[in-house]
Amino acid sequence: MSAETIARWQFGITTVYHFLFVPLTIGLAPLVAGLQTAHHRTGKLQYLRASKFFGKLLLINFAIGVVTGLVQEFQFGMNWSNYSRFVGDVFGAPLAMEGLIAFFLESTFLGLWIFGWGRLSPRLHQWTIWLVAIGTAFSAYFILAANSWMQHPVGYHIGSDGRPKLTSISAVLFNPVQLVTFPHVMAGAAMTGGGVMACVSAWYLVHRRDDAVFRPTLKLGSWMVLGGGVATLISGDIQARVMTAVQPMKMAAAEALYHTTSGASFSIFTWGSLDGTKELFSLRIPDLLSFMATGSFTGQVEGINNLQQEYVAQYGPGNYLPMVPVTYWGFRLMIGFGMLAALIAFVVLWLMRSGRTPRSRWVLGAMVVALVSPFLANSFGWIFTEVGRQPWTVFGLLKTADSASPTVSAGTVLTSLIVFTLLYGVLAVVDLKLMVKYARTGPPTEEETLASLEKKPLLPAGESDDDDEDADRPMSFAY
Amino acid sequence: MTLVDFWFYLIAVLWIGYFFLEGFDFGVGMLLPVLSRSERERRQLINTIGPVWDGNEVWLVVAAGATFAAFPHWYATLFSGFYLPLLVILVGLIVRGVAFEYRGKGPKADSRWKRRWDWCITAGSWFSAVLWGVVFANIVRGVPLDKNYDYVGGLGDLFSPYALLGGAAFASVFLLHGAIFLSLKTSGEVQRRAATFAWRIGALTMALGGGFIAWTQVAYGDRLSLVFFLVDAIALTLALAAVKARRDGWAFVAMGVAIAFMTLAIFVALYPNVMPSTDPQFNLTAVAAASSPYTLHVMTWVAAIMTPVVIAYQGWTYWVFRKRISIKHIPADPDPSAPAPSR
Repeated sequence: MSAETIARWQFGITTVYHFLFVPLTIGLAPLVAGLQTAHHRTGKLQYLRASKFFGKLLLINFAIGVVTGLVQEFQFGMNWSNYSRFVGDVFGAPLAMEGLIAFFLESTFLGLWIFGWGRLSPRLHQWTIWLVAIGTAFSAYFILAANSWMQHPVGYHIGSDGRPKLTSISAVLFNPVQLVTFPHVMAGAAMTGGGVMACVSAWYLVHRRDDAVFRPTLKLGSWMVLGGGVATLISGDIQARVMTAVQPMKMAAAEALYHTTSGASFSIFTWGSLDGTKELFSLRIPDLLSFMATGSFTGQVEGINNLQQEYVAQYGPGNYLPMVPVTYWGFRLMIGFGMLAALIAFVVLWLMRSGRTPRSRWVLGAMVVALVSPFLANSFGWIFTEVGRQPWTVFGLLKTADSASPTVSAGTVLTSLIVFTLLYGVLAVVDLKLMVKYARTGPPTEEETLASLEKKPLLPAGESDDDDEDADRPMSFAY
Repeated sequence: MTLVDFWFYLIAVLWIGYFFLEGFDFGVGMLLPVLSRSERERRQLINTIGPVWDGNEVWLVVAAGATFAAFPHWYATLFSGFYLPLLVILVGLIVRGVAFEYRGKGPKADSRWKRRWDWCITAGSWFSAVLWGVVFANIVRGVPLDKNYDYVGGLGDLFSPYALLGGAAFASVFLLHGAIFLSLKTSGEVQRRAATFAWRIGALTMALGGGFIAWTQVAYGDRLSLVFFLVDAIALTLALAAVKARRDGWAFVAMGVAIAFMTLAIFVALYPNVMPSTDPQFNLTAVAAASSPYTLHVMTWVAAIMTPVVIAYQGWTYWVFRKRISIKHIPADPDPSAPAPSR
C-alpha cells in the first residue's frame, strides 16, 4: 500500500473516532450548563445533582475529545504536507482562529469549572460551564468553516505560485455550505448529547431510582433528540440543495443516479451492484430525490455519467467518481439512524405525557437504540460527506492523490496508523468502562451536593492565603 | 517590522507561552515518582496543575495552528519532516492528558489503575519534554531539505549529538521549572523535597542548558541571540540563587524569564530562516514560508484582539487557584460527589 492510501485510512479512522467524542461533548455541555442554571434559578437541588452527574460523563469524554483533536491538527502537516502547503493561506486561518478564539476558552474554563466548586460564587461558577459550552460551539464553527472551504472553496484567488490566496475571510466564514453545515452538525450533536442523557435517565427510571433527578432529564434529553432530529432534517434538506448546486457529483453518488433524470425518485433501499448496471430490487419514493436536490418534484438531477464527462472536459482526463457504494449507503444510514433516534424520542415523550413515567424494559431497550443511533448517524454522515467529495481534497482545486506528504514513507505512516489504532482502541475500552461505571454509580446525594457548594469563608483583609484554618479544608474537587 | 517578521516573533511568543506554562506541568509530571512518597502526595502534586494543564496545552494547539496559517511551508516541512518525534510527542500528550482525568475515576480499591495512569503521566511528560528539545535543536541546526522544502533525511539525522544535548537541556530545564513551581505551589513535605531537588538539579541544568545555549550561539547565533542567551544565563543563575534563598516566587519568575529568553534566542538564531537546510540553497526562509499579506493582516487582527483576552482569563485562573496545596487539601475520597456504588 502507498503512503497516501495508509494516510487516507489513518485520517478516516482518527477523524471518525475523534467525532464520536466531539458531538457528545458539544451536545452535553449546554445541557449540563442548563441544569446548573436551572438549579441556580429555582434552588431545586435535583437539578444540581443532575448537572454534576452528567457533568462527570461529560468530563470523561472531553478528555479524549481534546487529545484526539491534537492528532487531527498535527496530521495535516505530518501526512498531508502537500495539502498543507497548498491551502495554508486559506485553510490555516479558521484553524488558528479555532485555537485562539474557541479552544483556549473551553479548555481554560473547563479547568475553572472542574476545580471551581466552592471557590467561585455559584453565579460565577455556572458561567464557567456556559463558557465551555459556547467555546465548544465556536470550535465547531471554525473547524466546519475550514471543512466547508474544502467542499466549496470561496474567498480566494490563485496566486502566482499556483496556490489559493485568501481574499475574503468573511466569504470563508460565511460560506453558503458552512451556513447549512454548522446547524446540521450542531443539531446532530444535540441528538448525541440528548440521546446519552435520555438513555441513562431511562435506566434509572426503569430501576425506580432517583425519579426526582431523572424524570426531568429523560424529558430534556428526549426533547433534545427530537428537536435535534427535526433540525437535522430541515438543515439536511437545505444542505442537499446547496450540495447539488456546488458538488453535484456527491448528490448523484448519494443516490447512485447514473443518468440525468427529471422527477428522480429516492431509493430507500437498493439491492444491486450500485454501478448502474444491475438493480435486483429497489424500494423507491417517486420524485423525492428531485425535491431534495432542487426543491421541485420535477427538477432535473444530473447523473454520474454526465457529470464524469463534464468534469473530464473541465479538469482533464481522470476518474471523478467517489466510491459510490460507500456514498450511497453512508447517506442512507445517516438519515435512517437519525430518524430512528428522533422517532424513539417522540414515542418516549408521548409515553411521558401528563405526568406519566415510562418504566418498561422495552422503553429502556429502545432508549439504548436512541443512544447509539446518533453516534452512528454522525459517523455515517462524515463518511458520506468526505468520501462523497473524492477524488478531491479541495473540490476542483486539489486532488487527494496530490495531497500526501511526498517524502514520508509508507512504513512511517503505517507505524503511526498502528500506534493510533491501538491507542484509540484501548482508550475506547477505558472510556466505555468509565462511562458505564459512572452512569451506574448515580448522582451525588443531596448532602454531598450541598457540601460541594459550601462557600469558604472569605479571608480577612491583609491575611495570608495559606493561613492554617483555610489550609486544612479539603478541596471540593481533586483529581 | 514587516508583517512576516511580526508573525515570526508572534509564533516565538506562542512557543514561549507553551514552554513556560506546559514546561512546569511537564516538570510536575516528570517529578511525580521522584517527589511523592504516598498516594496523597501524588494527588497533591497532580492537583497543583489540575485546573490549568489543559489550558496550558492549548498554547501548543495555537502555536501549530498559527504556524499553519501564517507560514504554511514551515508547518508542512516541520510536521512532515519531524514525523516520528512528533508522533511520540502526540502519544505522550494523549496518554498524559487522559491520565490526569482518569486516574482518580477508576475502581476505588484498585491501586494498579492509579499506578498505570501515573506511569502514563510521568512517561508522557518525559518523552514530550525531551523530544521538544530534539525538535527545536534540529530546527536551528538545519535538516536535509530538497528544493520543495521536503525533508529528505532519515530518522538518524534527527539524533545528532547537538540534538540530543537539546533534548537533555529541555528536559533538565523543565525539571527545574517543575521543581520550582512545586516549591511555590505546595506546602509541607512535598515542598521541602521540591526545594531540595530544585537546588540539586540546578547545577545539572546549568551545565546542560548552558552547554546547549553555548553550542547554539557559537554554531548558529548572532549578536542579538548572544544578548538573549546572556539574559537567559543570568536569569537561570538568579533562579538558582532564589531557590537557595528560599524565595519561591522570585525563583519561579526568574525561571520563566530564563525559558522565555532561551526560546527567544533560539528563534533569533534561526532568523531569517524558519527551517534551514543542510544544503543552504534550500533554506526555507520566513518570507518564502509566509502566507499572503491579506491572511497575515486578518490573523494580526484576530491575534491582537484575542491574545490579551486569553492572557487575562488564563491569568485569572491562576489567581483563583493561587493557594498553595497541602496534603490536608486532598479529600479522603478521590471524588466527594460520587457516592459509593453500593448505595
